[in-house]
Amino acid sequence: MSELATERAIDRSKMSVSENVAIQITNMNKWYGAFHVLRDINLTIYEGERIVVCGPSGSGKSTLIRCINRLEEHQAGQIVVDGIELTSDLKNIDKIRSEVGMVFQHFNLFPHLTILENCTLAPIWVRKVPRKEAEETAMHFLEKVKIPEQALKYPGQLSGGQQQRVAIARSLCMKPKIMLFDEPTSALDPEMIKEVLDTMIELAEEGMTMICVTHEMGFARQVANRVIFMDQGQIVEQNEPEPFFNNPQSERTKLFLSQILGH
Amino acid sequence: MSNLSYVRTEMLGEQSPPGTAIGIVGWLRANLFSNWLNTILTLVSLVFIYQVFAAILPWLIHSSWTANSLQECRAQVDAAYGMAAEGGCWAVIRERYLQLVFGFYPSELYWRPILAFGLTLVALAPILFTALPRKMLWLSPFAPFVVPWLLWGGTVWVPLLVVAGLGLAYVVTRVLSSHVSGLLAVPVAALVAILWWLYAVMPVNDAVTAMIANQRIPDVSADMRDKVEILPGEIAALDAQIAALGQTVGRAEAEKDALVSALEAAETEAARTAVLSAIHELRGPRDALAALEKQRLVRNEELSRARTLLAGLEALPENRTTRETLLAQLANATGAARGDLEARLATVDNRIASVVKEVGRVGLIPVESRRFGGFMLSITIGLVAITASLPIGVMLALGRQSDLLILRAICVGFIEFIRGVPLITLLFVASVLLNYFLPPGTSFDIILRVMIMVTLFASAYMAEVIRGGLAALPKGQYEAADALGLDYWKAQRLIIMPQALKISIPGIVSTFIGVFKDTTLVSIIGLLDPLGLSNAIRANTAWNGIVWELYGFIALMFFVFCFSMSRYSMYLERKLRTGHR
Repeated sequence: MSELATERAIDRSKMSVSENVAIQITNMNKWYGAFHVLRDINLTIYEGERIVVCGPSGSGKSTLIRCINRLEEHQAGQIVVDGIELTSDLKNIDKIRSEVGMVFQHFNLFPHLTILENCTLAPIWVRKVPRKEAEETAMHFLEKVKIPEQALKYPGQLSGGQQQRVAIARSLCMKPKIMLFDEPTSALDPEMIKEVLDTMIELAEEGMTMICVTHEMGFARQVANRVIFMDQGQIVEQNEPEPFFNNPQSERTKLFLSQILGH
Repeated sequence: MSNLSYVRTEMLGEQSPPGTAIGIVGWLRANLFSNWLNTILTLVSLVFIYQVFAAILPWLIHSSWTANSLQECRAQVDAAYGMAAEGGCWAVIRERYLQLVFGFYPSELYWRPILAFGLTLVALAPILFTALPRKMLWLSPFAPFVVPWLLWGGTVWVPLLVVAGLGLAYVVTRVLSSHVSGLLAVPVAALVAILWWLYAVMPVNDAVTAMIANQRIPDVSADMRDKVEILPGEIAALDAQIAALGQTVGRAEAEKDALVSALEAAETEAARTAVLSAIHELRGPRDALAALEKQRLVRNEELSRARTLLAGLEALPENRTTRETLLAQLANATGAARGDLEARLATVDNRIASVVKEVGRVGLIPVESRRFGGFMLSITIGLVAITASLPIGVMLALGRQSDLLILRAICVGFIEFIRGVPLITLLFVASVLLNYFLPPGTSFDIILRVMIMVTLFASAYMAEVIRGGLAALPKGQYEAADALGLDYWKAQRLIIMPQALKISIPGIVSTFIGVFKDTTLVSIIGLLDPLGLSNAIRANTAWNGIVWELYGFIALMFFVFCFSMSRYSMYLERKLRTGHR
């Protein structure tokens, strides 16, 4: 897993981190019943950042990014996304969700709709974009993820890697400001992981704010500007990729990295 | 260790399969005689099928279609196929099929249920088959208002006012949703519509009818007077014709009976032909007699209606004066005298109202619910229950999965209660108890009450079937819909329900079929569905003792409907299959 995500050199011309805060999480806590999943999370993410969140399973990394678009509800603390605070106000939640794209481990495409319909559904019904325009946008993004020829097929007819790329295109069709990736390659065969990572790298090269939960350390090394290591519901260590991998500070991080990289 | 290395040097071409694996022989071997156990099973099944057909086919072939009683059927079969032959008596279906289809619906108004049925089919077609032109969908929303009006008749204002209630609800929604949130606007609009239907539709209808009645009264009086003068003469003429024809038919019947006895005594070829030709010749006069009797019945009904109306019209000024007097007396009266006066006032009001209703009606002749029957009744109740139970079931299923505790408790309670009670009990509640729970003065039509109960019953089952479909959906579908910013209702409509309903199609259609067949239970509370009618037909002396033909016909009709639904569900499943999941 330590090998590089891509052989080519990455174009960093548009990868710039701005001064504007995209997501501000302060003293956030979450419990599942009595179980304390997320403990006092403090995190500021700036526009243009590419953050990789890693950690052993059960460390709360998925829960953390699912809190950002309120798929999970936090019980204490504050989350501000794009200047809007996440509360139980449904209007704010829907507003934030339409600005934040999310890609899931199991793709979660809508199996009863064609690829094109999957991509145009949210723009038409949430953004009220005219159908024709939505279809043009969808084709644009499907071309970007290199599967325009599959537009009229159903998700069930595509391979896992293709489905995940459609899922990315579907999120992009909403023109989101932030993209969340929840283990996007964990359910894929090795040869398909690469095609999805390529898509993600291209997205990063265009300056998208991205938060990825992933075990692809090659991707973290090459693309991320910050790596966050979580364990037992808390942020244990965060740093730029180079020092993070070469010179981890915490014992837990060292142990984790040795397990995941040390073959 | 031997050498494990192997390299193929020559690739094999395609070869045809052995002769025993293809063609008719291959098919027989694979499907009927694949081993000795299957061979035995095949042979036993063939013997069984032969036995069944050997028993049924002669009975079907040796059947009588023209007789007018069970005895005559037997005589006809005996004469045609010999004394030992067993044959079906389908003549009962020929004679009574109209009754089995329409119940006691007035025969001169049969066009109305037929038109209503056709309209229903046209309205349903574009919903069931997406290949049909989408413009047909414009007709569908009108069917629920036009069809009941065609069936029950009455003034044209009622369906229009009911539609107006929907328009009112729409306006209220539009006005409110710009001020308050949509969550509040929809229930308020629904409430306004319900209040309109309960408290405005009938008064407005009555007012319009009264206005028209006042203009029409002179014309109608003259018309009725003419009728009362002319009709008795026509009826007397018909009576004479019927008496004359009746004597001829009576003589022919007696001759036929003698011939049948002769055939039973001595079974000769000549006797057989004589019986068959006697029965054949009877057909014409019998049909003519029946037609005449029907004409007389229609005339008699018309006459009695004209007489009643005329009497009412003549008493109208007097009734109106009485009404004024009673009102004046009522102002000062107290205690028992007051109650008495109120009762008298109500009687007078009723007399005036019934005349006004009859004279001022713009629309169709009303048909009472007790005249409904047969398959028309089954289809009406079944179709209403089927179409209404699906949306209600969806709502109940969603309510049962809701996070709102009280809403969920209500839905669970409703579903479990209804599922825990036999339909018969609910029907008895509809026929006997429901009126006690309604505000005094409101009288619900019995068929409407039954429809409500059957719909509620079906909805509870539907809710559970749909809940099964919802449970089969992966959680990821909800999350993906949420993550794209779709709100609850949009997510349900666009993502969740299309998939959940698709998964539930077999269960939904099973429930539909069950509901349609359960409509026969209404015979227990005295409604004349096909089974109720079959009892009435069997009680007739001519058809006493007939079983197989009647129930066979009813079973066949039900089978046709249920099998069509089942095939449609398979078609739908095939059409909605999108790739492999």
